[in-house]
Amino acid sequence: MLRFFHQLGSPKHFYRIAGAWIPWLAAACGVLVLYGLYQGMVVAPTDYQQGDSYRIMFIHVPSAWMSLFIYVVMAAAGAIGLIWHMKLAEVIAISSAPIGASFTFLALITGSIWGKPMWGTWWVWDARLTSELILLFLYLGVMALYSAVDDKRTAARAAAILAIVGVVNIPIIHYSVEWWNTLHQGPTVTKFGAPSIDLRMLIPLLVMAVAFKLFYLLVVLMRARVEVLERERNARWVRELVERS
Amino acid sequence: MTTASLNRAFALLLWRDLLLAFRRRTELLNPLLFFVLVTTLFPLGIGADPALLRQIAPGIIWVAALLAAMLSLDSVFRSDFEDGSLEQFLLSAQPLSVLVLAKVIVHWLITGLPLLIVAPLLGLLLNLPGESIATLMLTLLLGTPVLSLVGAIGVALTVGLRRGGMILSLLVLPLYIPVLIFAADAVQSAGAGLSISAHLSLLAALLMLSVSLSPLATAAALKISLG
Repeated sequence: MLRFFHQLGSPKHFYRIAGAWIPWLAAACGVLVLYGLYQGMVVAPTDYQQGDSYRIMFIHVPSAWMSLFIYVVMAAAGAIGLIWHMKLAEVIAISSAPIGASFTFLALITGSIWGKPMWGTWWVWDARLTSELILLFLYLGVMALYSAVDDKRTAARAAAILAIVGVVNIPIIHYSVEWWNTLHQGPTVTKFGAPSIDLRMLIPLLVMAVAFKLFYLLVVLMRARVEVLERERNARWVRELVERS
Repeated sequence: MTTASLNRAFALLLWRDLLLAFRRRTELLNPLLFFVLVTTLFPLGIGADPALLRQIAPGIIWVAALLAAMLSLDSVFRSDFEDGSLEQFLLSAQPLSVLVLAKVIVHWLITGLPLLIVAPLLGLLLNLPGESIATLMLTLLLGTPVLSLVGAIGVALTVGLRRGGMILSLLVLPLYIPVLIFAADAVQSAGAGLSISAHLSLLAALLMLSVSLSPLATAAALKISLG
């Protein structure tokens, strides 16, 4: 078991192991997305207030969860890379940034599409929307810093510092914005006791959340493999790999 | 002995940077002029209705202060990076974070403090009532050091880049948002006659947090940037 993790830390074995995982992850993610979407779009009952337009939440809510989750993963991986000089952690951190930015963007877009019929406007300066927008800027900052520095190891370490500073700031930004203004409907899933959401809506939502997590894992492994190849392009195993194919 | 030499290094660096800044007096005026100019643009763009100006003045002044602080950030490490003294700081026996703190304090003294002094003038120009101006100065006193401290992390990350300016704004401005929110809201509340002690406490908390954490992050970032 320990040997497995040790191997996972070396780029060569990571490349091989991740390559073996990817088809399985893709299959599991595909099945869950299809099942979740079917349950959410067809089986789940119509909301008595919002009609059918609430169904966009099966995309919107998991995306918003993922946007924060990936930022924390990115900062944690960055910190591991900084502290133990693990190359692979740096690779994971930096491969996560564009995925997190995409989920944040998706959450903003779907929220805006949902907001048009519900609030009658595409955008309001509501607390959660604004902090999601700021989160997008934080992601873009990490990506911009990474691409601006020529030496990729230095770039990854600099981006990791920025991600860690961002993680400290996210709660501060979130609460300052929340205090500033709020209109978004409160959380309905995490309430203690009986959640105020119908079980037939909750299950597809959770299925979609798991599916999105798998999707992230899938894409981050794919991106990390490419990144590893690019960084190790002078290593012997990469040359052998290219010659073989 | 080591504490004494640390204090001495801190004081010497503080004195050296102040002296350097004083030798280039005209450059000191630039962020200040920028601050005044940006604020002047708003009435020209929006219209000179006194009631409207009074309402948006806290936001305008604070956004202008944010931009002025950000544009002047480059001077924290730039000249030291170019003449190589930054590398000497890294090699010195004193902890880098303490030296960084000295440099940030100087940066605040030469760019943050002048903003504090012109702010009442801008408040008058924008028709702010007296108690709002006093609050504005208080928020600037608590808020601008945070801008310098947090900004230093961004500069440390981009100091090795040839064109770091645009990236710096992308890195630093999102982190400035809490300061902007609390400070501008405090000025607005003071104008409406509400209590501002909560705002000031939060700003002071931000200041304490950034004083204690930001020099460490800045030092780590400098070590990475300079390899």
